[in-house]
Amino acid sequence: MMAPIPALRLEGIVKTFPGVRALDGVSFEVLPGEVHALLGENGAGKSTLMKTLAGMHQPNEGRIFIEENEVVMRTPLEAKAKGVVLIHQELSLAEEMSAAENIYLGELPTKSFGRVDWKTLYAQAGEILKRLNCKFGPQTRVSDLSIANKQMVEIARALTVNAKAVIFDEPTASLTDAEKVVLFDIIRDLKARGVGIVYISHRMEEIFTISDRISVLRDGTYRGTLVTAETNEDEVTQLMIGRSLDLSRNEAQVEFGDVALEVRGLSCGSLYRDITFNVRSGEVVGFYGLVGAGRTEIAETLFGLRTPSAGTILLEGKEVRISSPVDAIANGISLVPESRKEQGLVLGMNCRDNITLPQVDDLTAGPFVSDGAELAIFEQYRDRLEIKTPSWRQAVGNLSGGNQQKIVIGKWLAMRPNVLIVDEPTRGIDVGSKAEIHNLIRELARSGYAVIVISSEMPEVLHVSDRVIAMYSGEIIREFTAAEVTEDNLVQAISGIRADKVA
Amino acid sequence: MADTSKNAFATWLMRNPIWGFIVIIFVFFSVSNEYFFDLQNFRNILVQTSTIGLIALGMTLVMINGNIDLSVGAVVALAASLAVDLQSWGVFATWGDWAILPAVATALAAGIALGALNGFIVWKTGVDAFIVTLGAMIGVRGLVFIYTREESFFASNFAYSDFGSSSVGPLPTLAVLFLLFTVVTHLLLSRTVHGRNTYAVGGNREAAVNAGIRVGPHMMINFMIVGFFAALAGVTLSSQMGAATPNLGRDYELWVITATVLGGTKLTGGAGNIIGTFGGVLAIGILRNGMNLMQVPAFYVLVILGVILIAVLFLDKQLNRRGKQELKI
Repeated sequence: MMAPIPALRLEGIVKTFPGVRALDGVSFEVLPGEVHALLGENGAGKSTLMKTLAGMHQPNEGRIFIEENEVVMRTPLEAKAKGVVLIHQELSLAEEMSAAENIYLGELPTKSFGRVDWKTLYAQAGEILKRLNCKFGPQTRVSDLSIANKQMVEIARALTVNAKAVIFDEPTASLTDAEKVVLFDIIRDLKARGVGIVYISHRMEEIFTISDRISVLRDGTYRGTLVTAETNEDEVTQLMIGRSLDLSRNEAQVEFGDVALEVRGLSCGSLYRDITFNVRSGEVVGFYGLVGAGRTEIAETLFGLRTPSAGTILLEGKEVRISSPVDAIANGISLVPESRKEQGLVLGMNCRDNITLPQVDDLTAGPFVSDGAELAIFEQYRDRLEIKTPSWRQAVGNLSGGNQQKIVIGKWLAMRPNVLIVDEPTRGIDVGSKAEIHNLIRELARSGYAVIVISSEMPEVLHVSDRVIAMYSGEIIREFTAAEVTEDNLVQAISGIRADKVA
Repeated sequence: MADTSKNAFATWLMRNPIWGFIVIIFVFFSVSNEYFFDLQNFRNILVQTSTIGLIALGMTLVMINGNIDLSVGAVVALAASLAVDLQSWGVFATWGDWAILPAVATALAAGIALGALNGFIVWKTGVDAFIVTLGAMIGVRGLVFIYTREESFFASNFAYSDFGSSSVGPLPTLAVLFLLFTVVTHLLLSRTVHGRNTYAVGGNREAAVNAGIRVGPHMMINFMIVGFFAALAGVTLSSQMGAATPNLGRDYELWVITATVLGGTKLTGGAGNIIGTFGGVLAIGILRNGMNLMQVPAFYVLVILGVILIAVLFLDKQLNRRGKQELKI
């Protein structure tokens, strides 16, 4: 029997970014009429691979074939014209335009003099929406649609061309269960038409429901392909995590201090519900879960950026009200935010001024800011955190990611907080600096801080935490001590497999 | 050591290309026009630029803060009208020259109050400063016409217009005032907590909030400062003319923003400084004065200034893009 011709095939794809080898010789294929799931931890290279497929990145090495013809795709539009379409996780629609205009965005049918051929547009778009069983017309404004229906518009975009391969990136992230069923029907329909489907998701149950084969990426390398019907969750998990983690687990337990922060029954609308936990001084508590599980939102609430709808926050046993970052800082809570460039740093400002930003009011001599006092603080934290910068005058935007993160951490250490919350401590940081930041976090805890680490990277959570709290969809699923936690039970907890909760 | 200081100067000049530009036009006009290189002419340039210059000092703060104030021209007219009109009011009839004092104080207070109002609305409603002050620009101009009944006011007290043409030693008083406030504003922006936080808020508002900086009050203070400077410019302008007209200060917002932007302040906020703004103000002053002396017709001057604005900013972008690449490895 002759093997079918793959709809899309990659061979030895290498993609590097400054300092990172995001993809290292990845090969992958999807057959027509197949749903091929792509799995891997955050940072394993899934999104880079997908962007390479969709023409958003150019690979440094390797070849891409569509139906065994080698192709080069320079832009998403070119990829689409060749039959490869990406359905984005974050919907990228023009909200103020109609569904039809969005479906044909960039390629509206035209009449003479560049006038839009509305009749053809609406007829064709209506046809596609009907094929998807959509209950709204092509003239509906996108801003009036629900998230699920917006996603339908995204999918409809894929159908304007004779798509050979469609890539779904975490398509169910914001869908309800009922909407998921509709989405799966559409995927099965596409499959029946002979379209090859790449399905990216973290959620095991979905992958086992919809996929035919599963390929796993880890650290930018291809780790193997499994036939869904012949495998199980354990095998997949093992392939995903690997056993090559040489990150040493936590050393033996030390004595922790008193409870520094306690949270009781904290809720915030639909973002998270009934969150109860505590952190003792000297302890690192890791929060692990998928993006959108509510971890960051809890941190934002503790830092006064969100108002909780219920629950109490206690610091050293005393109930406190935190309604702004000013309150949080006054109460000794500091937050190293998720994205340092957007939320943590003033990039055009120099290193010294960024570190002293929260306390510059206290560093004055007469009416002026005291250069000497500022410089003393900068030098103290530059030396303690080993921040590498040619001078304090260097704009923070010119430093490497690792050094930028150290500046943010230094800024808060200089405030001498009791509770330090670090959200995604090593996102976008190269491997060497990661280890440094991890050691720093452990050191800080040992010197008496109560530390909360939020991370989407399992090795990181396992490495730095004394306790791990697993979250799924706004709830704490389980709390593990360092002794209990394993990669397996953690993956299961955050994928919403609740059988484990009984254990 | 000499090498690094030379490098530092080169870097500084690359970041502030306006000063290189000033040297070029200064040499150009000195060579090509016999009247340009003259002490009296330099005094003229300083006096002519002081009005725009004072407002540009305040505008620099507001723009570094990430906002903009389009209402400054209207505030100039309002302050000028108040200052000239109030000193001739009956209540101050027995005050003699001292009547000028409450009149000027009221004018300045009006500028500060309108600035506070602008800042408060921007802070509390979150509406873009461009829109808020566009509204203020139209509205305040309307107030001026209502208040003056479309008439010009003339200063009956000669002491007022004498002030506009007086000198302190070798320098005209208005020039001294401008230079003095340039130094004060420079210190405020570069050395105080308020100045630092102004940069932080404009550079990254979210990061500033996360650092516990109270964003609103800083924005409001800066709007009050630019309001003060606009009112002060209205006072100095009317003392130069000995009169105030309801159309005074038209298009000033454009000249002020031009000078500020020429000086390297970014419309997006977070970057700029007073020395640059001072350079921008001087550049416009020298260009206008020089071309005037060379008898370039007024409308051609506008065309040339427009082209120069774009050219200088393009140059700035090129220089600093290359600078960025150098720093990245």
